Amino acid sequence: MTINEIQEEIIEEFAGFEDWMDKYAYLIELGTDLEGLDAKYQTEQNLIKGCQSKVWFNASLEEGKVKLEADSDAIIVKGIAALLIRVFNNQSPEDIMNADLNFIDEIGLKQHLSPTRSNGLVSMVKQIKMYGIAFNHVK
Amino acid sequence: MAIDIQKIRKDFPILEEQVHGKPLVYFDNAATTQKPTQVIDEMVKYYYKYNSNIHRGVHYLSNKSTDGNENARKIVQKFINAEHLHEIIFTRGTTESVNLVANSFADKYISEGDEVIVSEMEHHSNIVPWQLVCEKKKAILKVLPFNDKGELLVDQLDALISDRTKIVAVNHISNSLGTINPIQKIIDIAHARGVKVLVDAAQSVQHVKIDVQEWDVDFLVFSGHKLYGPTGIGVLYGKEDLLNEMPPWQGGGEMIKEVRFEGTTFNELPFKFEAGTPNYIDAIGLGAAIEYVENIGLENIDAYEQELLAYATEKLSGIEGLRIYGTAEHKTSVISFLVDGIHFYDMGMLLDQMGIAVRTGTHCTEPVMQHFGIDGTVRASFSFYNTKEEIDALYKGILKVCKMFVH
Repeated sequence: MTINEIQEEIIEEFAGFEDWMDKYAYLIELGTDLEGLDAKYQTEQNLIKGCQSKVWFNASLEEGKVKLEADSDAIIVKGIAALLIRVFNNQSPEDIMNADLNFIDEIGLKQHLSPTRSNGLVSMVKQIKMYGIAFNHVK
Repeated sequence: MAIDIQKIRKDFPILEEQVHGKPLVYFDNAATTQKPTQVIDEMVKYYYKYNSNIHRGVHYLSNKSTDGNENARKIVQKFINAEHLHEIIFTRGTTESVNLVANSFADKYISEGDEVIVSEMEHHSNIVPWQLVCEKKKAILKVLPFNDKGELLVDQLDALISDRTKIVAVNHISNSLGTINPIQKIIDIAHARGVKVLVDAAQSVQHVKIDVQEWDVDFLVFSGHKLYGPTGIGVLYGKEDLLNEMPPWQGGGEMIKEVRFEGTTFNELPFKFEAGTPNYIDAIGLGAAIEYVENIGLENIDAYEQELLAYATEKLSGIEGLRIYGTAEHKTSVISFLVDGIHFYDMGMLLDQMGIAVRTGTHCTEPVMQHFGIDGTVRASFSFYNTKEEIDALYKGILKVCKMFVH
């Protein structure tokens, strides 16, 4: 599936939630289910430090596709990271670079996009895009 | 006299607001307090009718604004019982007040090898300015520790002071733990060794009555916005003789007497430390806020907030897995806590969905978090406009979050 198709799928899923509790319960579930990162990848280099919670992203390039893994000490943040992985994992560096991210707005997580003192969602997206640019360059 | 909470709540229009479709429960009062209409109206009145740059004006409006600003200074003087009106300096807030003292005091009194003492439970605003100054002067920053209840080890202060110690900078009430520190004892110990004391009262002026002469404190600093006043205005109280000896910190505007290229002479106190156009409208707002608070009475406020603290402490302590950080014997209405297995950020975000505003994170006191080996806490801080029903809502909210995490 393309990045946009996955985004559409997520937006549809979230449209089914009746209230905030369901939405956040789902994010908690996603966060709990996300495998997370091996301790050896929880390095300073992989750390995206928001003011409030720690997020680690690890990326590699396999057969022209970007492989993403992530972890966070806050479960909801980890759930959001899981959504980002779902959107970007196994995509080409070029597609990641050029992706137009609209699902965060659409599913009502925009408040988490606050550039300061939040969970670093802005930084997460930026980091993933940077991986895209870097791997595109390597390719 | 018991206070009429429902009547008081009507003074704060924001408390009527809904958040995410739920009634706002505002428990972030240690970060900033809401403003009563008495404060908002007074400031609006000045913008509508009297606004004009203050001091040295010849016209009616300028005199009117100047009177407002200087009247606010009188209100502050009376509020903390300063001996002289010119011992009250208006600043942008607590942080600027500390920076002013750190820089100006250091210029006059601190040299290489001298020492400054802060406590382990200071807000970053009462650490970093001293660190910067110590670096500049090659002076040494020493730290007075606290115990696991969040009480300063004041008995160690005397041993920490040496003949090179110049100043002790300490908070009256901790913003992240709620501890009320024994300031009188700290001042007495320091003064017995000839050491000056700066008290950060940002978290205390809104809760308890302060008398700077009774304490004999050298410097007292606080902000307007945590005292039901506007943002951008704060106070530095300093003893006259010290302020007179200390050099100006910032130059320009109001603070000069004569300017020649050969050299400038400086205005007298308090103007020597108030460079640039003063923030007079906010000063006037601060005056109105102090009058509002004094009208209710700090004794009444303290008694009621203690009641809220006791109620909330008991309720929250009953939640399984909830730990309170800061269990000092003397506390103000601040509860910092964590629930086992739930990140403070997740807790704060979910409470927000229920309309409950709490603060999460380090609360600008990273050394306090390091003491407990944690990354942050959830902090609920109560004001006299809060109610037990709101604390019930917080209690139920936390239980709801706990439930969401049990799978």
